[in-house]
Amino acid sequence: MKISYYPGCTLKTKAGNLETAALASLLALGIEVEEIDRWNCCGAVFSLTADDLIHQVGPVRNLIRAKEQGANKLVTLCSMCYNTLARANLIMKNDPVKRDTINRFMDDEIDYAGEVEVVHLLTFLDQEVGWERIREMVKVPLEGLRIAPYYGCTLQRPADVGIEPFGSFSLMTRLFESLGATVMPFAAADKCCGSYQILNGEDGAQSTAATILKSAAEAGAEALATSCPLCEYNLGKQQGKLLENGLIGTTVPTYYFTQLLAIALGVAPESCRFDLNDGAALDLLKNKNCLVAA
Amino acid sequence: MCDAEKKTTQKTPRVATGDRAILPEGAKTIPVYIMGKRYDVPETLTIMKAMEFAGFKFLRGAGCRGGICGACPTVYRMAGDYKLHFGLACQTVVEADMYLAQIPFFPANRASYKIDEIGAAAEAIHALYPELFRCVACNLCTKACPMDVDVLGYISALKQGNIKKAAELSFDCIQCGLCASRCMGEIPQYHIAQLARRVYGRYIQPRAEHLQTRVKEIESGKYDAMLQELSAMGREELEKCYVEREREPDLSTLGTWQPKETQYL
Repeated sequence: MKISYYPGCTLKTKAGNLETAALASLLALGIEVEEIDRWNCCGAVFSLTADDLIHQVGPVRNLIRAKEQGANKLVTLCSMCYNTLARANLIMKNDPVKRDTINRFMDDEIDYAGEVEVVHLLTFLDQEVGWERIREMVKVPLEGLRIAPYYGCTLQRPADVGIEPFGSFSLMTRLFESLGATVMPFAAADKCCGSYQILNGEDGAQSTAATILKSAAEAGAEALATSCPLCEYNLGKQQGKLLENGLIGTTVPTYYFTQLLAIALGVAPESCRFDLNDGAALDLLKNKNCLVAA
Repeated sequence: MCDAEKKTTQKTPRVATGDRAILPEGAKTIPVYIMGKRYDVPETLTIMKAMEFAGFKFLRGAGCRGGICGACPTVYRMAGDYKLHFGLACQTVVEADMYLAQIPFFPANRASYKIDEIGAAAEAIHALYPELFRCVACNLCTKACPMDVDVLGYISALKQGNIKKAAELSFDCIQCGLCASRCMGEIPQYHIAQLARRVYGRYIQPRAEHLQTRVKEIESGKYDAMLQELSAMGREELEKCYVEREREPDLSTLGTWQPKETQYL
């Protein structure tokens, strides 16, 4: 099987671990990945202003690249890339007036009308690989690892691009169960991580992050999984500060879901770039004997 | 000569009269519009020559006249078409009904830095040019480039932290500034690309080891005697040496030729 893949800028820089672990996992699952050619920024944040079409041009251009390469599906990993691409795609599919304006503006490209389907890797694993197959492929079951699936905002909102209905967390739940982990549902799984408020409203963002981490810990989770680099930044990379400020009592290591998948599939830890996670993340997996011998 | 000039004038009335308005007999003229005013200029001229023919004098905005220096970017539009076109005035041949404007300079932010201090991380480039993240991928920059550089491609590469890719994609840039003139994010693309190439050259590109070896040899004095010998020669003797020098034959197979004198290899 071969898939067209859109990485996103952050996956090439600060969230390299989200990507390398996913690519290693897909390789282990026997899936060929083709990164689309000449991609640009996804747009990062979907513009809610109805007539602000210029901010749809970036995501649409990526979808055109996928169409040019003959793809009917484009797989993404990052929640925010998924969200902006999928929402821009909806405009191109369903709104003839906006579609026409955007196509006319992009007269250097082929016309686009939503022909490519934007698919998050979690959905792809469910629909194209199947949890049974993944269960069979597991080499190192994540036994005894109590993991909280954290969705944040952009995987489920708005409903017309959500990877599953609001309030449901079955994709990550079934994934981690297939990997042998114990899934710990928690109340804050779809609460905002603090988002970009970390830049100019650090206090608010920190208390939001602390609420989520405490909720996970209280539910009995010892780690948290996400698919969003911004969530990981606020919940993972800020944990040192949160502890220091007394906002949380215990560390809750954060992983990208792709890292847990890779480890369970027997991928070498080096391919998962745990150097980009908090130090506690690798230690926890070591303690659980989840790492293949180096 | 006088008669010829008269004849030409009769054949093609309303010919622009610059200080070098010498039109060969039978030359065909075409109308172009320079800053909105019509001039009839000989076809086959470049935009730059046509403007000079029309009487304009380039004190600035002209450099090498060979398509390399980037001093003479031009924006033009063909009558009746909405599409903007871009080129270098010294390289683009005039066509009938061109509406022309020179953009010899466009104000673009240029950051100061010390190349030996900034390091090879893309974050340093991001910090110097935060406006990089104002890009909305409209691609007007790429469409404006007279050198067909994938400007959006290298801007995207830099956002992705890929300095090598940005340096390679922007290699043909001649710093004309047309990209910046079209950018709705007010990004000075060509200055950022130059920084990327400098960082690439300073920190990322592999060093040429044979060059370092040769520099060491020179510094060790290996060639001093030879240089002194040459410096002491008179003109005639130098010429003789030059004519009689050992030279690799044209089209000799690579790596097969060796000079008889090998002490300086």
